[in-house]
Amino acid sequence: MRTRRTISVQALARVEGEGALHVRVVDGRVTEAKLKIYEPPRFFEAFLRGRSFTEAPDITARICGICPVAYQMSASQAMESVGGVTVEPRIRALRHLLYLGEWIESHTLHVYMLHAPDFLGYASIVEMAQDHPDVVRRALQLKKTGNDLMAVIGGREIHPVNVRVGGFYRAPSPADLAPFAERLRWARDAALETVRWVAGFTFPELERDYEFVALRHPDEYAILDGRLVSNRGLDITVREFEQEFVEEHRPYSNALHSHRRGRGAYLVGPLARYNLNFDRLSPVAQEAARAAGLGPVCGNPFRSIIVRAVELVHACDEALCLIAGYSPPDPAAATVPPGPGTGYGCTEAPRGILYHRYHLDTDGTILAAKIVPPTAQNQGIIEDDLREVVGASLELPDDRLTWRCEQAVRNYDPCISCATHFLTVDIQRDAGAGASTGGT
Amino acid sequence: MAGAPLVIGVGNPLRRDDGVGRAVARAIQETLSAIKVIEMDGEGAALLEAWTEADVVVVVDAVRSGATPGTVHRFEPPGDRLPHTLSSTSTHAFGLPDAVELGRALGQLPRRLIVYGIEGADFTAGEGLSAEVQTAVPEVAARVQAELQALP
Repeated sequence: MRTRRTISVQALARVEGEGALHVRVVDGRVTEAKLKIYEPPRFFEAFLRGRSFTEAPDITARICGICPVAYQMSASQAMESVGGVTVEPRIRALRHLLYLGEWIESHTLHVYMLHAPDFLGYASIVEMAQDHPDVVRRALQLKKTGNDLMAVIGGREIHPVNVRVGGFYRAPSPADLAPFAERLRWARDAALETVRWVAGFTFPELERDYEFVALRHPDEYAILDGRLVSNRGLDITVREFEQEFVEEHRPYSNALHSHRRGRGAYLVGPLARYNLNFDRLSPVAQEAARAAGLGPVCGNPFRSIIVRAVELVHACDEALCLIAGYSPPDPAAATVPPGPGTGYGCTEAPRGILYHRYHLDTDGTILAAKIVPPTAQNQGIIEDDLREVVGASLELPDDRLTWRCEQAVRNYDPCISCATHFLTVDIQRDAGAGASTGGT
Repeated sequence: MAGAPLVIGVGNPLRRDDGVGRAVARAIQETLSAIKVIEMDGEGAALLEAWTEADVVVVVDAVRSGATPGTVHRFEPPGDRLPHTLSSTSTHAFGLPDAVELGRALGQLPRRLIVYGIEGADFTAGEGLSAEVQTAVPEVAARVQAELQALP
């Protein structure tokens, strides 16, 4: 007699957006593992068409309330690349600082509020707060440090209004940033405390052999730019992205799946960055990683929570350096010609590489846009992990196995709102004008 | 600014009736210009932070509980537990009801927190309120103003 077991979670909690997972086991073998993203597609690529190139940073920032800066940075740099514009170092440093604010805010949210409850056996941060109020207070203050840093540079923390193609509308004064030195020193200590705290969790055994893909920069832990590299020999420029990576639609998910041509699924995000760029982390972050028992290579996806905490240390430390060396760019933005041509941008969002491509008309009108967010890229890996996790944990009762599966999905901090920004050509053609009304 | 009351309108005005809390907040600001009024998207940590700045906080948000559209609900934590139908269209993992529970656990609730929920009808993408929800805006604004004016 065949035995069947189905693990099904209809609405995943503690992920950004609406998704479900479905795993089927027949006779002790995992036959199906699906991450279903049912949040409706959001048509951003379609309604960018016909808009000015200067509008792309603000429009695409709306894809996500957690990582708007990532969208603004990938979009701005893509537009600048059309005319071969490189912004001056002071503008780049300010962008870097803004982006680090987003990393601090986003990583804190995920480590403490979304993922830690899985490891400690709580259903939510609210339950966790009953037993660990001081930990939760630390998380709120750390998150606020990131939010406030974004607000002082970006004008406000969600969907910053001060970012434009070429740089900023107005650069903050050194006096605006000065109070952050002390706050970031506190934050760096809190981040070190975070690493120690999460390193003490119990981690399910799972060692996977992933292809990691991340940006690599000659002397920074890459966030804003670099070459796209992997641990399997990939080493390309950002503009070659689509020669190596392809997206395809799966009938059960509203987000496109990505894979590397001729290779398969690949992993982006903290684990990929850490494994490829450990040598570029600030010394204090490297030391924290070693003390937490992480080697320079980590293949256990559940330990990504430690890696995120190590990146928090790096982000606070790097932000401190940037503030110490801050000098306001003047003018605050470079002049960027409108086009024509094709521009490419790729930056390290908190969840991994975020690729943008735009095709511009002579007057800067966007003729075509393509956006590949990190969560879409990680879907294949998430499903592979689910197979492995379930296959290795069949002895667990259903409730514990379901818990383990959700925990495995949250290793990737999936941002489903980002992943469903896409528009397939098929949908657009079938639904005709009706589909594009979402953009008006 | 402890002591001064704070009114927070919560919601997403691009999700039609989800924006009703912010519409109420603006209506209150128009008639009581001295009161501090802010609009937020309902992210829990930001709410917790915002209400540390005031002694009395009134939050106005949309609700989707199945009641008749335009129905006004009033909750006063910690006595009243907020239903999870508040902020129903937010995809954030951590919203107003969680913020209240977390504030309670951390001892970070304002001395007095009053939550008005207005039953919405249409939470699809787009701007503008449904007629029956729009009708509730001046009613709730008046009730909040009366509460604020009755404060000692």
